[in-house]
Amino acid sequence: MQFACKSASMRYSGFKVFLEGLRGQSGWKPVWRDPEPKQEYDVIIIGGGGHGLSTAYYLARNHGITNVAVLEKGYLGGGNVGRNTTIVRANYFLPGNSEFYSHSLKLWEGLEADLNYNVMHSQRGLINLFHSDGQRDAFARRGNAMINQGDDAILLDREGVRRHLPYLDFDNARFPVYGGLFHPRGGTARHDAVAWGYARGADQRGVDLIQQCEVTGIDIENGRVTGVQTTRGAIRAKKVAMVVAGRSSEVAAMAGMRLPIESHVLQAFVTEGLKPCIDHVVSFGMGHFYISQSDKGGLVFGGDIDFYASYAQRGNLPMKEHVMEAGMALMPMIGQARVLRSWGGIMDMSPDGSPIIDKTHIEGLTLNCGWCYGGFKAVPASGFATAHLVATGELHETAAGFRLDRFETGRGLMDEEGTGAQHNLH
Amino acid sequence: MRLTCPHCGDRDLREFTYKGDALALLRPDETANPQEWVDYVHNRDNPAGTTSELWYHGPCGSWLVAVRDTTTHVTHRTLSLAEAGK
Repeated sequence: MQFACKSASMRYSGFKVFLEGLRGQSGWKPVWRDPEPKQEYDVIIIGGGGHGLSTAYYLARNHGITNVAVLEKGYLGGGNVGRNTTIVRANYFLPGNSEFYSHSLKLWEGLEADLNYNVMHSQRGLINLFHSDGQRDAFARRGNAMINQGDDAILLDREGVRRHLPYLDFDNARFPVYGGLFHPRGGTARHDAVAWGYARGADQRGVDLIQQCEVTGIDIENGRVTGVQTTRGAIRAKKVAMVVAGRSSEVAAMAGMRLPIESHVLQAFVTEGLKPCIDHVVSFGMGHFYISQSDKGGLVFGGDIDFYASYAQRGNLPMKEHVMEAGMALMPMIGQARVLRSWGGIMDMSPDGSPIIDKTHIEGLTLNCGWCYGGFKAVPASGFATAHLVATGELHETAAGFRLDRFETGRGLMDEEGTGAQHNLH
Repeated sequence: MRLTCPHCGDRDLREFTYKGDALALLRPDETANPQEWVDYVHNRDNPAGTTSELWYHGPCGSWLVAVRDTTTHVTHRTLSLAEAGK
């Protein structure tokens, strides 16, 4: 029988779990290597978060480029990919965003088989509630845009919502529930596992994942990137990709760039573990509040950004109060639950609320940033498109709208919320 | 987080609205080239550390400049626009 696998090619299976159960769990090996950085790579990816790891994975898988290093200043998946509320959806409205998130959801749906890794992707359905005639019209239009894109959307009336979410406060006279836009393929995934799955897949294909390696400088000669300076020495590279949402301005400054980005803090909350009670992802249309229940039973919920520049990874009390009030207005039953933790992630806020995946004016230097509060669901398609751009020099068709120069030219702005394409409105 | 209004003193964060980087006060000259305007309108230093920001105090209607650390949320000082030279 041939079940002895070396760590780099260990495949997970039900049989493997059974076999390890029989032999005392003694055969599990580290899932990725801890290599020393080489002197030179074809491609260096700055940032070992979800987007950086998926970029490395798709460079290897789609383009056969494996002489690649991912440089991470902390540990893999220690940034925003481990600090979000794990929601996966494709309910965007505007061309540019719509095809991108549609592609991402399709990648999510094949991700576990592709990575041979359980990312606990759960398509439990997402319901965006509306509370007025105008909001219903807007959601009907959004649902039609989603259907036109080939995704799924069902407009629920009040009774339709009640069948799915009987625990809402349907007697709330101030914010009456008129209905909801149901996106059955939306849901959640285990956020850390997504980073780990991509890390393992990239490592298996030969990518060096180098942790505790902070980039301190970007080397540019005659308008062309030639490598990076790090806390573990200089490393040369033919191409460099900056994939560091949350810290994009600081890293880009090493290349002499100022970005259309301002960093803000977005808070999230989790309660003690409860028996299953919230089966969907639900968002409130009259206050910034959304919620789902994790597989451990905790209610995971959040709201809007705090709306001031911050790198602190923690927010202030007024937004906490707003989120709790909105939650209580929508589903008073959660008032029984005790909040265990709150935390904050640093958001790369772009002026129009949409991301950037583009070349820069420096040859060989690629930029991936500006994920605002929507980076988690984008992890697969972002890596896919960034890898395509790095490998071919061409924008991928699903991400062709994420241009860096759209603020300068005014062409192709993607203001999904319709609040205006300038700072501090998203 | 609390901020100090130049007129009303130390007040709760909920009374204030963030109005962005104080570079908005450094409006380019009308003869500036388009690239300077693009930089002014869209691009930001966005430092992890000390920054100057515009805030608006709703109850009294005054604008202020807060010199604040974005990594700790500590406000070093606040100035009225007059004090900031605008």
